[in-house]
Formats: sequence, C-alpha cells, structure tokens
Amino acid sequence: MIRTEDLTRSFRRLVAVDRLTLEVAEGEVFGFLGPNGAGKTTTVRMLTALIAPTSGRAMVGGFQLGEDDSRIRRAVGILTEVPGMYDNLSAEYNLRIYARLYEVPNPDAQVEKYLRLLGLWERRADPAATFSKGMKQKLAIARAVLHEPRVLFLDEPTASLDPESAHVVHEFIAGLRRAGRTIFLCTHNLDEADRLCDRIGVFKTRLLAVDTPARLRTEFFGRRVVFHLNRADPGLAAAVRQMPFVRDAQAVENKLVLALDNPDEHNPELVRFLVGQGVDIRFVGELRRSLEDVYLQLVKAA
Amino acid sequence: MDKIKTIISKEWAEVFQNRMVLFSVIFMPLTFAALPLFMLYAMRSSGAGSVDVGSVPQAFLSGCAEGLSTGECFQVYFVTQFMLLFMLTPLIVPVNIAAYSVAGEKTTRSLEPLLATPITTAELLAGKNLAAVIPAVLATWLSFLIFGVGARILIANARVLSALFNPMWWVAILVVGPLLSVLSTNFSLMVSSRVNDPRVAEQLSSVIMLPLLVLFFGQIAGYVSLNANLMILLALALLAVDALMVYLAIQLFQRETILTRWK
Repeated sequence: MIRTEDLTRSFRRLVAVDRLTLEVAEGEVFGFLGPNGAGKTTTVRMLTALIAPTSGRAMVGGFQLGEDDSRIRRAVGILTEVPGMYDNLSAEYNLRIYARLYEVPNPDAQVEKYLRLLGLWERRADPAATFSKGMKQKLAIARAVLHEPRVLFLDEPTASLDPESAHVVHEFIAGLRRAGRTIFLCTHNLDEADRLCDRIGVFKTRLLAVDTPARLRTEFFGRRVVFHLNRADPGLAAAVRQMPFVRDAQAVENKLVLALDNPDEHNPELVRFLVGQGVDIRFVGELRRSLEDVYLQLVKAA
Repeated sequence: MDKIKTIISKEWAEVFQNRMVLFSVIFMPLTFAALPLFMLYAMRSSGAGSVDVGSVPQAFLSGCAEGLSTGECFQVYFVTQFMLLFMLTPLIVPVNIAAYSVAGEKTTRSLEPLLATPITTAELLAGKNLAAVIPAVLATWLSFLIFGVGARILIANARVLSALFNPMWWVAILVVGPLLSVLSTNFSLMVSSRVNDPRVAEQLSSVIMLPLLVLFFGQIAGYVSLNANLMILLALALLAVDALMVYLAIQLFQRETILTRWK
C-alpha cells in the first residue's frame, strides 16, 4: 500500500529524510517512531503529496508520488500534528467542508456517521473553538476518515490528550485496524505503538530498524529469563556463563538474569544445573524489555 | 466548480464573523453613500447657486455639461469628488477579506489539512478570490444604488442628475470597480501567502489604496480631471494589471513553501 525507495528530502543543506526505503502492506498498522525533529512529519507530508521529495520514489495507494499527486490526496487521509479546525464554525460545518472537497457521495450521512462514532454528535452545532483538546482531536480524526481513505496517516494522534481521550482515540484506531484500513502512525507514545502497530519503524532522519515490536525486543536484547533463588552471587553467574547457550548472566540480589537464545529449550537444563549447585529455585519468569528500551538504544546510537 | 463554491461558502462563514470585515462590507459603503448625499442635502439647503465657485478648476468648468449654470456645475463638481469614494470600497473590502484568507489559515494551522485535499491551487485561489471580490462588488454597487436613489430624491434638477450619472461613472462603477477589487484581492492574497500574521497582511495590503488616494487628492487639487476616456483607459490598464496579478498570485502561492517555510 505504501512503498518508498530511497526517499529523500532536504531543506537547503539540512537532510530531513535520508534515503527512506520502506514497505507497508495493505491493512497493516505501521508505527513510525522517532524523536522530535527526526523527519517524521516531513515523511508524512511527502507521502500525502503535500511536499515533493528531493530524490527517490514512492507509491502510495497504488499511485506514483509526483505523477498522481491528486489521486494520492484523494486516496489518503491525514491527521495533522495540530487539528487545524475552523474554530468559528460548527463541528458539523467543519466536516461538511471536507466532505465536499473530498467529493464524498453522501456527505450528510457520512458526517453524521463519524460524528456519532466519535461521540461528537450532540455537540455538532457548537463551534469548534468551544471544544476541548480531545474533542478537537476527535473531530480532526473524523475529518481524516470522512472520505473512507485507503491509507490513513496519523501524526501524533494522542499527543497532549488526557488518558480518557487517548483511550477513545486508541479504540477508534483499533476499530480501523479491524476494518482492514492501512494506517501509518507517527507517534512518540511507545506504549501506543506497542499495542496498536503490527510493525514499527524507528526513524531518525534515516530508518534505524523496522520489525514487529516483539521481534525488535528480541533482536536487541535477546530473550531474558530471571531465576529467583535463595542466593545468587557473581561466582554462580560466572559458572552459568560457561554454559554454551547462555549469552549473558548477571547476579542481582537474589536473582540471576540470563540472556538465552531459546529459553523454552534450555530452561530445564539450567534448572538441573542450578539445583546441582545446591541452590533453591523459588520462581522462574521471562524478563520482558520494553519497546522504550529498544527505542532509546536505537536513537542514542544513531 | 463545487470545490470553488465550498471554499467561497467556507470563507464567508468564517470571515463574516470578523467585526472588521463586517464593518468594511456594511458600514463603510453606507458611509461612502451617505457622505455625498449629505453634501447634496447641505448644498440644497444653503442654495448651491449662491456659492463661490472660484475654487473649482477651470478645466472642470469648461468641461461641464452644457446648459448647467455655474452653481449647478459646482454642485456636480463637489459631489463628484466624493464619488471617488465609491472606488475605495472595491479596494478596501477585499483587503479585509483576502488578507485573512491565507495568513489566517496559517495562524490556525488549518491550511495543511486543506492543502491535503484534492483541491487544486487554481480552485483554491479562485474560491478565495471570489469570496473577496463578490462582497466587494456587491457592496460597491449597493452603496452606489443607495446614493443614486438618494440623489434622485434630493436633486430636482434633471440636468444635474444626468451630469452626475454620466457614462464615466457607469464605467467606473460597473467595470472599474470590479477590476479594482480583483486587483486588490490578488495583491492581498499574494501578501497573505508571504506573511504569517493576518494583521501584517492587512496592513501591507492596504498599500494598494495609495494610487487611488493619489487620484482622489489629485482631483481635489485640480491636477486630475476625470472623464469617460480616462476611465476607459484606466479600465483597460486594470484589465492588463489584473491578468498579471492573477498570474503572480498563482505563481507565488507555492503550497510547499507555505507549509515548510511560513510557519
């Protein structure tokens, strides 16, 4: 649904996006993670045909960027970083404008559908200026999906929202995902990305890594198992480290934290070894690293 | 065409909530219609024939319609000075509307989602142009109509009336007025595309009124004497300038630059 090849955008001497090569499948929710100023918004603007790339190519929704820009704009929906509503106009009127600009076949019904879906129907006649941040964001999301786009670009959809509003937005995105919509989600919210995205790309001017959240964690930290023992000392850790399948072993208080290639296969052998060392095993569990750890490691290294 | 209509209705829905715009579209044209009417009323009350006509430029007196007395000629001359104000309306109204249209959207950050729609630059600018030109032209025509009706009531002399509503003024109101509003709109759109603050856009766009003010004061001072030929020449020149301004406005409205540089 989205395919880029060496997509690059420079602003004079500053390279904002450097040779981005990426593929997002139909129906996939792709998380685009990166720090402020990483070039995420520039990427979204390029892929929505708002600005042209300096070099490279991209296909969005089956259309070639630079050749079918008008078709791309028709095929995609965009939630911009700032809602950018017409504050003096009512919520309903705001959406009607966009329904007409996108040539939505039955604008009134479509406007009503999304105002109801996002819980704004009762406030439809109120000016957008009277809306809270969360309501404005929901209205902007309604605007982005009004014309039933095949690809949806969401730039920080829950930034500065309270947890309740963020939850509504998450539910809505999850609903779109279930409906098979392709979503390109730019976010700082790693938990959001972890929960909603099929794959994640970590980006800082260039693409640093791309994979499923689970595989990214494994790739960067391996799988870690923690053994809660009656005692754990550096000597025990050193002994365990001698085993061929143990990549790393650390003794922390009464815990032994081990990096293993395949815990399912090697845990029984480890248990036997530790018992043989005269250690009581109280509990064994997997230590899950957060996506945040992966993200921080990648971004710091970049 | 639907997209252009959508932009026009959106602009009007937004812009007419602005008091300054409402003032310029409603109150100002009414004032411009009332001023010459008030002068006519004042002259009628004081007796136009008895006034000193020494200050009237000789060029005007010699070109005055046949059969008019010097006093009547003075009456026509005096009111004609104010009638140039009708030419200010098509310049001022678009400045207030169009100056807000791009810079205002930059301020509210509503331009990006708008530019992300399939609307073309030509459609967008056509919508914004018409949204400013239509009220300006209507306000001009309406104020001139009010003046016309008022003048008919106040002036009993048919010769004075026909001298006042001569072909020059029909060309001015029906042709030059709309052309001036196109000029003013596109100039304001260009300025609005290049600045971020709507108030700055409005102030800079107001420069467009200077040439007309020069004409206004030049006429009062007797350096310029307006006639039908001059007005037709002005219309032709404006037609050419308008074509150039529309072209420049489209060229200067660079979607990408507006999004990336003018934050």
